[in-house]
Amino acid sequence: MGTRASRKLAFIWRLFAVLGLVAAACSPAPSAPTQPPAGQPKIPGAPSEIKVGLVTFLSGAASGPFGIPARTAAEVWVDKLNREGGIGGAQIKLVIVDENVPTDQQVVQLRRLALDEKVDLVIGYISSANCLAVAPVAEELKLLTVLFDCGTNQVFEEGRYKYVFRTAAHTGIDGIGAARYLLMVKPDVKTVAGINQDYAWGRDSWEIFIRALRKLKPDVQVLDTLWPRLQQNEFSGEISKLLSLKPEVVFTSFWGGDFVSFINQARARGVFDQTTILFNNDGSNIEEFGKDLPDGIIIGFRGPHWIEYPDPNQNPLQKEFIDLYRAKYGKYPMPHGSYHVVQALQGVKAAYEKAAQAAGRWPTVDEVIKAFEYLEFDSPSGRISMAIGYGHQAVEPAVYGITKLDPQLGFSRLDRVKVFPVKCVNPPDGVKTLDWIDQGFPGAQC
Amino acid sequence: MKGRPPLRPLGAVLGLGILLGAPWILPGWLLFLLTLALAKGLVVLGIVLLMWGGLVSFGHGLYFAAGAYTVAFLYRFLGVREAAVGILGAVLVSGVLAGVVGLFLSRYRAIFFGMLSVAFSMILYAFLLKFYFVTGGTDGLRVPIPSIAGFEPPARDIRTVYYFLNLGFACLGLFVAHRLSGSPLGYLMRAIRDNEVRVEYMGASVRRTVYAVYLLSGVLGGLGGALVAFNVGHVAPDLAYWTTSGEFVFVAILGGTGGVGAPFVASAVFELVRNYAIKLSPYTWQLGLGAVLLLIIFFYPEGLWGLYEAIRSRLSAWPKSSSKR
Amino acid sequence: MDRLLAVFLDGLIFAAWLFLVSAGLSFVYGVLRVLNVAHGSFYSLGAYLAATLVGAVVGRGLSVLLTYPALLAAALVVGLAVGPPMERVLLRRIQGRDEVTGLLLTFAVLLIFEDITKLVWGVTPWSADAAYGALGQVRLGTVTYAVYPLALVGVGAAVGAGLWVLVNRTPFGKLVSSVIADREVSAALGVDVGRVNSFAFTLGAILAALGGALVAPMISVVPGISVEVIIVAFAVTVIGGLGNIAGAALGAVVVGLIRAAALYFFPELDLFLVYAIMTLVLIFRPYGLFGRPEVRRI
Repeated sequence: MGTRASRKLAFIWRLFAVLGLVAAACSPAPSAPTQPPAGQPKIPGAPSEIKVGLVTFLSGAASGPFGIPARTAAEVWVDKLNREGGIGGAQIKLVIVDENVPTDQQVVQLRRLALDEKVDLVIGYISSANCLAVAPVAEELKLLTVLFDCGTNQVFEEGRYKYVFRTAAHTGIDGIGAARYLLMVKPDVKTVAGINQDYAWGRDSWEIFIRALRKLKPDVQVLDTLWPRLQQNEFSGEISKLLSLKPEVVFTSFWGGDFVSFINQARARGVFDQTTILFNNDGSNIEEFGKDLPDGIIIGFRGPHWIEYPDPNQNPLQKEFIDLYRAKYGKYPMPHGSYHVVQALQGVKAAYEKAAQAAGRWPTVDEVIKAFEYLEFDSPSGRISMAIGYGHQAVEPAVYGITKLDPQLGFSRLDRVKVFPVKCVNPPDGVKTLDWIDQGFPGAQC
Repeated sequence: MKGRPPLRPLGAVLGLGILLGAPWILPGWLLFLLTLALAKGLVVLGIVLLMWGGLVSFGHGLYFAAGAYTVAFLYRFLGVREAAVGILGAVLVSGVLAGVVGLFLSRYRAIFFGMLSVAFSMILYAFLLKFYFVTGGTDGLRVPIPSIAGFEPPARDIRTVYYFLNLGFACLGLFVAHRLSGSPLGYLMRAIRDNEVRVEYMGASVRRTVYAVYLLSGVLGGLGGALVAFNVGHVAPDLAYWTTSGEFVFVAILGGTGGVGAPFVASAVFELVRNYAIKLSPYTWQLGLGAVLLLIIFFYPEGLWGLYEAIRSRLSAWPKSSSKR
Repeated sequence: MDRLLAVFLDGLIFAAWLFLVSAGLSFVYGVLRVLNVAHGSFYSLGAYLAATLVGAVVGRGLSVLLTYPALLAAALVVGLAVGPPMERVLLRRIQGRDEVTGLLLTFAVLLIFEDITKLVWGVTPWSADAAYGALGQVRLGTVTYAVYPLALVGVGAAVGAGLWVLVNRTPFGKLVSSVIADREVSAALGVDVGRVNSFAFTLGAILAALGGALVAPMISVVPGISVEVIIVAFAVTVIGGLGNIAGAALGAVVVGLIRAAALYFFPELDLFLVYAIMTLVLIFRPYGLFGRPEVRRI
């Protein structure tokens, strides 16, 4: 009978049939197990593969300058590690997840990685807000989580975590390094302004910088602080305000799309002619700016993550990293996100190997954690030491320079490069960054 | 009556069994999704109550966020880590908010109702976004695992406890909605949808009816928000953004207004489908959502519940059809 | 004094952008009685196509001044390609149903287009900034402005004037006015309401795409701009009165100036003020600052 109800029903059955076929078609075919190639000694009891979740920006304005270079660098490095035998014979399999979801969804995604994808560990998080949100959840899930890029110093200063590590220095080095470098190149600076994204990274970056600057030169005057939204991308109002206030130096922690947009809009309005801009991080790919990056910008690289520092001729991992990356993608691994993700992979590998050596077999998570604390390992960025944050937080030296276009290279190089040693820009273990600054940097060795 | 298959009691027992046994039947991840779906279902239920009267609230994110942030603020500023207090606080805050906002909203209909509700929710969004030192801005605030009526569940049972907590509140919401549906207020709401002027002529106060139901709707939204905050452990301004509200409206339409269980079923379907659709194809799942919405608008305005009723009436007519000429 | 000038100019620039993105929305509602949430999608498509065309112009080494007609072309192509089919295939089907259905339908279209733009253009940002700097700079007071955003103010004014002339001084415009005033009576008088609807919707789509195309050189074109713009356009339209172009212009100026002032003096409140004004207008003058109350049909 052709009643409306029966037609609807028939449609439903057909819909289910189609969906079933689609689901069957989409389910992945079981793949043949791969042989771990010869090279590294196999750890007894090692699984055939170790699943590593990678959370980074695959979409949105932060993806181009940051998330995708992090992913491409991870893929290149994982290929290399797998060629050499993976981690003790276990091939590394990356499960890549987009970080471009709201913060409350980040925790849901982390749960999904742990409970649904069943990853062994997670390397992730560029955005400081996300790091702060997922750390407690990682603890609850008992999931080894290596924060690879986010900068907020709050992670291990406001909380204590067993399962969470960060293999890159926090933004203390950026702020303190910025203040010291500024005073090195402009010892008479009097007025400063800040424009930073209104979230943990922006707030922390500014706070550390201005406190350090004031400590080192108390008569500096702050003309204004501006707090545009993260990924706002449009700054005509803010730039007008900066142009009318005329500070000598503008400090900004912009990264991603904001970095690119700000430079383009500022350049079009002549901001660089009247102010020195100080970036506490290389928020975008310098190479891709080509000839469009103005000279005279002070820029930090969040540590030794520049193609000339560490010197590839002296650091074989750095040389290998640059060569592999250029061979596959035709460009330099920039900015610091790429270096940071490789640091994380190196740290994880070193921790597993150290733990396996102590245990004589494939280690448990607790054993890996024990090995990871206060670990030292090599990376393209140099030797990384998990020296503070009760052994969970890495320290690195700060590297700052001034941009200068190199016509032969086709993009800007760094002039007047200064490396601030680890003990100059990192607080000692157990001391909060802001406290250390307020106390006048006791124990600093510059 | 002879020969009619005993579907209803069997179905009910099966359904109940699955619901009660879920923590032991379902894998951890699915249980988590279901728990969230139950909490969000409460918000959707709130929207459905208003839809009985022909009013579509596009700003329910207001209550969702208000409930969630109440819980977060209680922890942040008062150190409260107790679920009962958090939930009570969320209900109170959203109740008061709905009481104030409802004074204005109950005077509006159709598209203006929708627009004003969005406006209020966006005001809260702007506040949550901008007052960094109070609300944490885009970073949001953390909500630690609370004790439940003074009792600290052991870590490995937390998810089970939450599931039953949300299930309990969902059942409470179901019960309240069911009673409301059969009460004079419920009938009045449906009458208002048909013809408001006649209701006035009858002597009933349209405005008071809408206000009362709106109040309840807001409280449900705040309750859902608090439960989600506990489950997820983190709150962010996006909870108040218009797309979150839009999502709730979508689920309400998906379920249909026919039955009080519809919001929860639709919420569960939505969470499951969304999770796996995103996994399968992260850049086409919204397309699917839009397509489903169009399908519903054009062909299935009664939503899933309407579909369920169609199937049920077809199946119960099944033994008789063979005897039809 | 300098500050006030900067606030005024920044406010005007923002107002111009707001007007460009809201005029179409208001117009479409006036004629079709549909709150077109997919307006945001047209905006987004306009921005993406503009970025693509600007990239093509620059990539071929052509004069950068050619990017400006490219922007306009992008708007026209998007409006003409997407407007008529959507109106024909989708909107006509729900004519006569209540306005909320129209809103939900266009919301569904927004979701669909969100993914279509991701599939076609990918998820990494597109940029059209070659067009931004090409017009140079100008110094007003002590602040240097890029000429491009100031030119936008001119474009906004031109569009506003053009719309006014269209509706008030052309024969077709008279038909449009009559449909806006009362659709049923117009149909009874022999006005081809379907044709007017098609025209209005297409014009609205072109205007939305124009807003997107013109703003593309100033932003990073990413997925999600449709969602952000529609809520702001919505606020402006409501403030001015749905269906009222002059109202949209006034609303745009009010919101633009207030936001610019807030940026200078009370930065925490800028977003808050926009929605607070929208709420207050809806409460005290629900038909907008310029709108006329509608008679409720029983």
